[in-house]
Amino acid sequence: MATNDGGLSLSQQRQRAAFWFLAPMLAALFFVAAWPLLRTIWFSLTNTLLSDLYGGEFIGFDNYLSIRVLESGRVIYRGTLVDPAWWNAVWNTVRFAFVSVFFETVLGLIVALVLNAEFKGRGLVRAAILIPWAIPTIVSAKMWAWMLNDQFGIINDILLNLGLIDQKIAWTASVDTAMYAVLMVDIWKTTPFMALLILAGLQMVPRDIYEAAKLDGVNPIKVFFKITLPLIRPALAVAIIFRMLDALRIFDLVYVLTPNSAATKTMSVISRENMIDFDKFAYGAAQSTLLFAIIAIFVSLYIWLGKVDLSGEGQK
Amino acid sequence: MTIMKGRAVRATATAAMLAVFGAPLAAEELFYVSGAVGNAVENFKTLVKPWEEATGNTVTLVPMPASTTDQFGQYRLWLAAGASDIDLYQTDVIWAPQLADHFVDLTEAAKDLAPQHFPSIIESQTVNGKLVALPIFTDAPALYYRKDLLDKYGKSPPKTWAELAETAKMIQDAERAEGKADLWGFVWQGNAYEGLTCNALEWVKSFGGGQIVEPDGTISINNENAVAALEAAKSWVGTISPDGVLAYQEEEARGVWQTGNAVFMRNWPYAYGLGNGDDSAVKGLFGVTTLPVGKEGDTSAATLGGWNVAVSKYSTKQEAAISLALYLAGPEAQKQRAIAESNLPTIISLYDDADIAAAQPIIPQWKDVFLNAVPRPSAPTLGKYNEVSAKFWSAVHSTLSGEGSAAENLELLEVDLTDLKGSGW
Repeated sequence: MATNDGGLSLSQQRQRAAFWFLAPMLAALFFVAAWPLLRTIWFSLTNTLLSDLYGGEFIGFDNYLSIRVLESGRVIYRGTLVDPAWWNAVWNTVRFAFVSVFFETVLGLIVALVLNAEFKGRGLVRAAILIPWAIPTIVSAKMWAWMLNDQFGIINDILLNLGLIDQKIAWTASVDTAMYAVLMVDIWKTTPFMALLILAGLQMVPRDIYEAAKLDGVNPIKVFFKITLPLIRPALAVAIIFRMLDALRIFDLVYVLTPNSAATKTMSVISRENMIDFDKFAYGAAQSTLLFAIIAIFVSLYIWLGKVDLSGEGQK
Repeated sequence: MTIMKGRAVRATATAAMLAVFGAPLAAEELFYVSGAVGNAVENFKTLVKPWEEATGNTVTLVPMPASTTDQFGQYRLWLAAGASDIDLYQTDVIWAPQLADHFVDLTEAAKDLAPQHFPSIIESQTVNGKLVALPIFTDAPALYYRKDLLDKYGKSPPKTWAELAETAKMIQDAERAEGKADLWGFVWQGNAYEGLTCNALEWVKSFGGGQIVEPDGTISINNENAVAALEAAKSWVGTISPDGVLAYQEEEARGVWQTGNAVFMRNWPYAYGLGNGDDSAVKGLFGVTTLPVGKEGDTSAATLGGWNVAVSKYSTKQEAAISLALYLAGPEAQKQRAIAESNLPTIISLYDDADIAAAQPIIPQWKDVFLNAVPRPSAPTLGKYNEVSAKFWSAVHSTLSGEGSAAENLELLEVDLTDLKGSGW
């Protein structure tokens, strides 16, 4: 196996080649992911304004928390960590993420099981069910905003005609229903995505296991919990992580459907508001950084607690 | 004969325009960004046609969402990035201090045109001696009322807010008893956005509760009259106004009104022309008057609105852009806009124009209203205006949706504004 390539062994050569093949990807990742993230963290430690992006000075952690003692002895706390609007947004986001991901997973699983069955026109149904996911969020959010409109909306009209409500409901305006409206639209939109990911997992399950179960006369419910669910668990776990990441940074739907409503304002919405509307760019950057940290914590916890295997090995 | 005359007029007009705007150089393609409210987008092509013909340039309208808050966010982003894609911005009357650095100084270019406008409006667009934007129309809201319904029940347009609530309730109940289940007494703008600041400022001011932050910078919002004003407004939600009013902006309110489902509406003059359009269910059935007051003896308050045109500092076609700005702020374009869109002109002489008076009788009547209009506190609060406004509309929105009483929310608001003000605005 002697070569004349400067005495490198075959595996070293392969490693080197692999590095060069990966290099463009690493560079791209650095520029589109790492660099903006580092910039945001840096901005959060300065007093940058949107109108003067390069004139910020380092001010330490004041955007997160600053403690000042006044001459009168009164202590004043400032910063995101003591901002009730921020914690309200965190609570909204977390609540939204858990509820929406829960329903999307359950409904997605049901849809996937149906689509996994053999029936006529299955291809067509599979394509049709993806439509909500394929519509751009802004378009579907606006569409739902009109459907949910209290006076002209079709939803109130239907419910009223069916006699389910006796008065038109202001879905997006009322503090009590605004979050439900956002959740409903998100679940409508994203269930197909979950269904698709779960369907992919279902198709990996070998058919002969089901045949064996059938021969043994195991009832279908037991088959689902003892065979199907354990076997699609890895696919399901990955799908849930994706959705969780997505749900925790929800922005567009809330921004279009219920802008500025304190009942639905999420972390992304409030950070954008500070960065752009209020010209507090650094403060918004601090909130973005916290958003990143919160998502990182959630995902790590989930992987650790759920022992999710993301490496694609194991269990063999 | 008429054709000949028309041609002659057009030729003269073109010659005059050439004299004003200069001979066409290389044809430029400009981009003008503006919020899309009412029929502004459809009318824009007709509006700029004479300018396009005279100069050989073309202009494309980039429509934006109707909410001024949304527009501002996007514009600030573009301007901060120094984007040269947009040459002209249509700017809200309150933005001048916040965006002044990004626009071209029009003092020199408009030295002949500016004196024809109302001085107070030109002043509102002047920041540290720099004329940031040229006014194209001004705005002061009106109370729209259904003449037919008021006549039917022998009522006259209300003078006080209490009277309005009473009349609205009475007509709403009576009409609903006759089977009009969708009729509401009063629609306005209650969404949490800049428009709610305008609405609430009118209530507070007309109850004698000041104007949030006074011109000298003092925070005045926490007072009994303001509390009374907000409590009154809160009592409308769910009784004479639909619960959904808390998500309404101008166009949603106009939707309810123009389909004939409201007795009263608070809106800007643009809704006047549209309400009298052929597709309107209330065509010819309504009148307008000044907004009510808190109690006899108080003065009515209308929030000063209005839109302006500014030339981006980052535009690569500034010369053509300035020429367009002058045209849009000039008498010809303002007259066209007044007739087609019922927008209030900012050029003094147009209020005596016979064509405008014939097409949109609201306009000559409205001169005094906007001359006495209340400005939002954008001048004293400078760069912090948006945050002041957002805190104010949030406090009002919470009160209206029943989260805390007006007194509690205004007390908190005062604390927040004091914090925000720090050692000075």
